[in-house]
Amino acid sequence: MKNSKYLPLMATFVVFVLAYIICISVFPNMLSTRVAGNLLTDNAFLGITAVGMTFVILSGGIDLSVGSVIAFTGVFLSVVLRDTSIHPLVAFAMVLVLTTAFGAAMGGVIFFLDMPPFIVTLAGMFLARGISYLLTTDSVPITHPFYSTLQDIFIRMPGNGRLTLIAIIMLVVFAVGIVLAQRTRFGTYVYALGGNLTSAQLMGVPVAKTTIGIYALSGFLAGLSGIVFSLYTSAGYSLAAVGVELDAIAAVVIGGTLLTGGYGFVAGTFLGICIQGLIQTYIVFDGTLSSWWTKIVIGLLLFGFIALQRGLMWMSERSARNKRHASAAQPSSA
Amino acid sequence: MANAQPLLSVRGVSKAFLGVSALESVDFTLKAGEVHALLGENGAGKSTLIKIITGAYRRDEGEVLLEGTPIHPRDVVDAQKLGIGTVYQEVNLLTNLTVAENLFLGRQPKRFGLTDIREMNRRSRAILDTYGLDIDVTAPLTNFSVAIQQVVAIARAVDISGKVLVLDEPTASLDAHEVKMLFAVVRQLRERGMGIIFISHFLDQVYEIADTITVLRNGRLIDTVPVPGLDRLKLVSMMLGRQLESDIKRTIDPNTARSEPLVSLRQLGKRGNIDPLDLDIRQGEVVGIAGLLGSGRTETAQLVFGIERPDSGTISVAGKPVNMTSPRKAIAQGFAFCPEDRKTDGIISDLSVRENIIFALQAQRGWMRPLARSEQEALADRYIAALDIRTSDREKPIKFLSGGNQQKVLLARWLATNPRFLILDEPTRGIDVGAHAEIIRLIIDLCERGMALLVISSELGELVGYSSRIIVLRDRKMVSELTGDEISTDQIMKAIASHGATGEAA
Repeated sequence: MKNSKYLPLMATFVVFVLAYIICISVFPNMLSTRVAGNLLTDNAFLGITAVGMTFVILSGGIDLSVGSVIAFTGVFLSVVLRDTSIHPLVAFAMVLVLTTAFGAAMGGVIFFLDMPPFIVTLAGMFLARGISYLLTTDSVPITHPFYSTLQDIFIRMPGNGRLTLIAIIMLVVFAVGIVLAQRTRFGTYVYALGGNLTSAQLMGVPVAKTTIGIYALSGFLAGLSGIVFSLYTSAGYSLAAVGVELDAIAAVVIGGTLLTGGYGFVAGTFLGICIQGLIQTYIVFDGTLSSWWTKIVIGLLLFGFIALQRGLMWMSERSARNKRHASAAQPSSA
Repeated sequence: MANAQPLLSVRGVSKAFLGVSALESVDFTLKAGEVHALLGENGAGKSTLIKIITGAYRRDEGEVLLEGTPIHPRDVVDAQKLGIGTVYQEVNLLTNLTVAENLFLGRQPKRFGLTDIREMNRRSRAILDTYGLDIDVTAPLTNFSVAIQQVVAIARAVDISGKVLVLDEPTASLDAHEVKMLFAVVRQLRERGMGIIFISHFLDQVYEIADTITVLRNGRLIDTVPVPGLDRLKLVSMMLGRQLESDIKRTIDPNTARSEPLVSLRQLGKRGNIDPLDLDIRQGEVVGIAGLLGSGRTETAQLVFGIERPDSGTISVAGKPVNMTSPRKAIAQGFAFCPEDRKTDGIISDLSVRENIIFALQAQRGWMRPLARSEQEALADRYIAALDIRTSDREKPIKFLSGGNQQKVLLARWLATNPRFLILDEPTRGIDVGAHAEIIRLIIDLCERGMALLVISSELGELVGYSSRIIVLRDRKMVSELTGDEISTDQIMKAIASHGATGEAA
């Protein structure tokens, strides 16, 4: 019974292993650190923002603004680096402050005006996208030499695979995210909010601070994801990263986090990202399949996981009922 | 002992909501090492008093002293810090977190800035050990029964607060075995010198666990009395208030008693809601349901109307068994039900009087066959006149009407469907005296025109006035059925107050 909490996570793990086995049996070349390195690099920006999304969904919310914030970050960086002599590191700091404040503001609106996160972050999505257009509608290349320096950093793995800087950043974000969720008060508060808001309030959880903190974290990670995306593409474009918020939500749900909040793990989201990456890699290796197959498979997986979650909840409700009846039937000997 | 300082004392506390007084100059004294039951019917002011003590409400007047010091808790968390912990009926813990996390939420032990999970689990085991509870503290709370969750909630409240423990209907969803376990914990806390405020509708449990009883009625303190030697009948009459006027009874046509029943319940029941009971209701008959709050009155009505599904027994209508699985089916049988809480279960406050009146009839016809506007208006006007609904016009949103008039609109809604059988749950609650009398007159009138009625009411005098028969419920059981000359407020109160064994024999 105790393991029911881990069941969706284990299901994700099984899906991942199965998918990997299928991939390798069709294309043995996929079993290499080079493919693994590329998979992590290609999905680094998605992974980073998905960590923020995991916290948001664990708390029972949703953040639709992250894709737009990623685009805004890229556009902001490219324009600042093109038009001013500000060093990229300073620009990074500036944009992270902006996106964190943006997330915190959305969290504040959600809590103080008691608005549904869906609507507030939808507004945030339009706002961030609109501001990106305002800055520029062109795709602006980033040619700063510091960018090339960063792009050239990597760790060589055995088997000649490259673990690039942005892949490392993603892995660090996941590691920090896991510790934050499992080993800090903030993390427990996030689970508490997702479990039952009234109870959390009565038990003394600082709901305002936590709500604002969650969306600030998501904003910060969307900003970091935008920086990584600009390193990945060497450009800023206001039409970039459309729909990334949905990919992030998909990764979180496939990773076993309950959409209604309260149950799930950051590590599961990592597996969710890897599963999405595997499907993409498979399609690239195959060469004849349309890339839309990624979406189709992701769609099917999502359905599968939602059904699994529903099934688990139904089962646990039923066993709780049976337990009650069993204890009621017991003779009152104690 | 006599000059020992009380642990908690409430003096002259008053509270009003929007000018309506909910609590009037109430005194309440809790000693250390005492289990003090707080009793009263709906609207007595129990929950208002508790909410003032636990910081959920601010008092308008009076003072609350904890160990002799005046306190002004700002909110529930503040009251917890001062030493007053509360455990509610629906356990307010987080079932998705582990037992240990629930015990230590907000005050987790830390090591190197991170939660020290091992230390937290160790301390949790130590805490629960003192309650004789040996469970896996790393498992999510949802894995455990409500009783164990209650004990965990109590353990948390005691560990944080440690002086006063408020138990708000802790036993409402527990079975007998679990109640025993909970009471063992309560007794242990009493021995440790805590003051415990215990709220329950189950008189047997109050007698079993409480040392002192305070009764509130209509926002006023009735009395505080020690439990040993307290007569049950006296307690019940304190809670319900004795009707001063002698019972006025309606004369009943002897022919109705011999006619075939319209609705028959046979061993109808649902575990945890109401024990199986038999009941016949004939046309032209009002059957009253009496009992204290929480005795299973509303639950019975909900079973009959298909809101809750029974797990035993049958319902037959005019001799034919009916599968009453939803309110729609009940309506199709010509049933109608005016629920107790009209604000949440009945009126649609932004719609007009007309729209509220035609609602059930339209639902019955199906939305594909709308009532013509002229028919709607005729219907609304007819009922506004017939029931004397005071409204400036039929298009006024119902939220602007007084409680009594809202109640009449609800009645009109169901009468418009032309029911054979009408269930009224507390039809006279919260309405003024004039409207009160009109509703009663209407009940009698409907009955005389051949409708069958089932009426739930806390106003015993009123129930005695119009009922052909009265069934009395206690602790989710039917304990007595009164007919003819047996019907009187005295008899009802005796049935409510009777002990388990004698009650079943009655």
